[in-house]
Amino acid sequence: MIKLVDLHKSFGKQKVLDGLDLEIEEEKTTVIIGRSGGGKSVLLKHIIGLLRPERGQILIDGTDITKLNDRALNEIRKKFGMLFQEAALFDSMTVAENVAFPLREHTTMKETEIRETVADRLRSVGLTGVEEKMPSELSGGMRKRVGLARAIALRPQIVLFDEPTTGLDPVMTEAINRLIIDTQKNFNLTCVVISHDVRSIFEIGHRIAMLYEGKIIENGTPEELRGSQNPVTLQFLAGSIEGPIRIM
Amino acid sequence: MNRFSGALDRLGRAVLAGVEEMGKIILLFVSVLGWMFRPPFKLRNIFKQMEFVGVKSIFVVVLTGTFTGMVMALQGYHGFRMFSAESLVGGTVALGMTRELGPVLTSLMVTARAGSAMAAELGTMRVTEQIDALYVMAANPVKHLIVPRVIAGVLMTPLLTVVSDFTGILGGYFVGVHILGINSGIFIKNITRLVELNDIYNGLVKAACFGLILSLIGCYKGFNTYGGAEGVGRATTEAVVLASISILISDYFLTAIMF
Repeated sequence: MIKLVDLHKSFGKQKVLDGLDLEIEEEKTTVIIGRSGGGKSVLLKHIIGLLRPERGQILIDGTDITKLNDRALNEIRKKFGMLFQEAALFDSMTVAENVAFPLREHTTMKETEIRETVADRLRSVGLTGVEEKMPSELSGGMRKRVGLARAIALRPQIVLFDEPTTGLDPVMTEAINRLIIDTQKNFNLTCVVISHDVRSIFEIGHRIAMLYEGKIIENGTPEELRGSQNPVTLQFLAGSIEGPIRIM
Repeated sequence: MNRFSGALDRLGRAVLAGVEEMGKIILLFVSVLGWMFRPPFKLRNIFKQMEFVGVKSIFVVVLTGTFTGMVMALQGYHGFRMFSAESLVGGTVALGMTRELGPVLTSLMVTARAGSAMAAELGTMRVTEQIDALYVMAANPVKHLIVPRVIAGVLMTPLLTVVSDFTGILGGYFVGVHILGINSGIFIKNITRLVELNDIYNGLVKAACFGLILSLIGCYKGFNTYGGAEGVGRATTEAVVLASISILISDYFLTAIMF
C-alpha cells in the first residue's frame, strides 16, 4: 500500500507540496486530478523516489522510502512500473529491446523466454508485429502502448501513469482508458493516474483525489466527487473560469 | 565604488560556479570509476560507443592529420631553408605530430564530433524523461549511459591519435619529398633520429587523458540538461567549449610533466 504523510516540497520560493496526506488503496485505480502545474507530476515523482521531499513520509508497503539509500530504493522500485507522459521510450532501441530492458536488467531469463514475454506484454496492450520498429516510427498512441508494455514487463504491483491521455485524439484517449482499465484488472494492479482530463477520470478511477495548493482537498469515489460541494472541485470539474481557482 | 563591487561580486560568483562545476565533474568521474568495474559489463553498449567515437571519426581525423603534417612540412621547410637545415623537416613534423598536434587536434576533432553528440544525446534523453525511465526501472544511468561513453573516449582517442600521427607524417613526407624535393632517405633518417618511442607513448597518454576529459564533460553537460530543446542546444555548445578549453589547458600541464 502507498501512504503519503505530511509531504512538503518547494522549488525555490514556490511551495508545490504543502503538507500533503494521501492513502492509495491496493489493487484499485486512484486518479489524482488538479490544475496544470499544480504539482501532480511532482507528487508522482515522489512516490517512485525520483524526487525527495523536504519533510514527510512516503510509505510503500510500510517502508519509508525517503530514508532509503539508492540500492534499497532500487529494490522498492522493482515493485513499480511507470508510463511517462511521452512514454519515454529509449529511442536508440527497438520496441522489443525497450520492453525487454527491465527483463534483461533484473531477471536471468533466457533470450527465448524474453522474446516470448515481450510478445505477450505487447499483445496485452493490443500490439503485434511491431517488435522491430523504432520508437520514432510509432504514433503517439502506439508509443504509449509500448510504454505500458514496458511498465508491466516485470509484472509490478503498482503502475504509475503520468497524464496518459494528454495529446491524444478522443478515439485514442478512449482506447488508452480501456487499456488502463483492462490492464489494472488483468494484472491486479494498484494504479495511480494523474490527469486533468475530466471524462477519463470518471471512466478509469475507483477513487479520485483532488490536489489543490499542495494538499489533497478531496478524496472519494467518482460518485462522491460528482456530488461534491467543494467550490474548487466544482469549478475544476465544470471547467469554469469563475471560482476560487486562480488563473495566472 | 558600487560598479567595482558589482563587478567583483559577479567575478566571485563566476569563480564559485566554475569551482562547483569542476567538483561535480570530479564526483561524476568517481561515480564512473565505481560503476566501471561492477558487473554485469555492458559490452554491447561499450562496443557501440567505441564504433561511434572511434570508427566513425577516422575520416575526419585522417583529413586533419594529413593536412596538418603537410602544412607543417611546408612551414618548416621555409624556416629551415634560411640556415640550410631543410633535412630537419621530417624530424620536426614527426616530433610535432606525435608529441603535440596528433593528440591535441585529434581530441579537438573528437570533441566536435563525438563529445557534442554525447551532450546532445544525453540531453535529449534527460528532457524526454528517458533518464528518469532508467531510474524508475531501477537501472543506474551512470552505468548504462556514461560508463560506455567514457571507456570509448579513453580507448579510442589514443587509437585515433595513432592514425593522425601516421597520416600527418605521411602528409609531411609527401610535401617534403615530392613537392619540396627533400631527399627521401634523409627525411626518414631524421625522423628515426629525432623521435623517440617515449614521444609517441607520451602523446598517446595525453590523448587518453583528453579522451577522458571530452567524454566526461560531454556526458556531464548532457546529463544535467534542463529546459527542453533550448537546453539541449546550450548543453551541447557548453560541452564543446568547456572540453576544448580543458584539453588545451591540461595539454600545457601534461607537457610540463612529461617532457
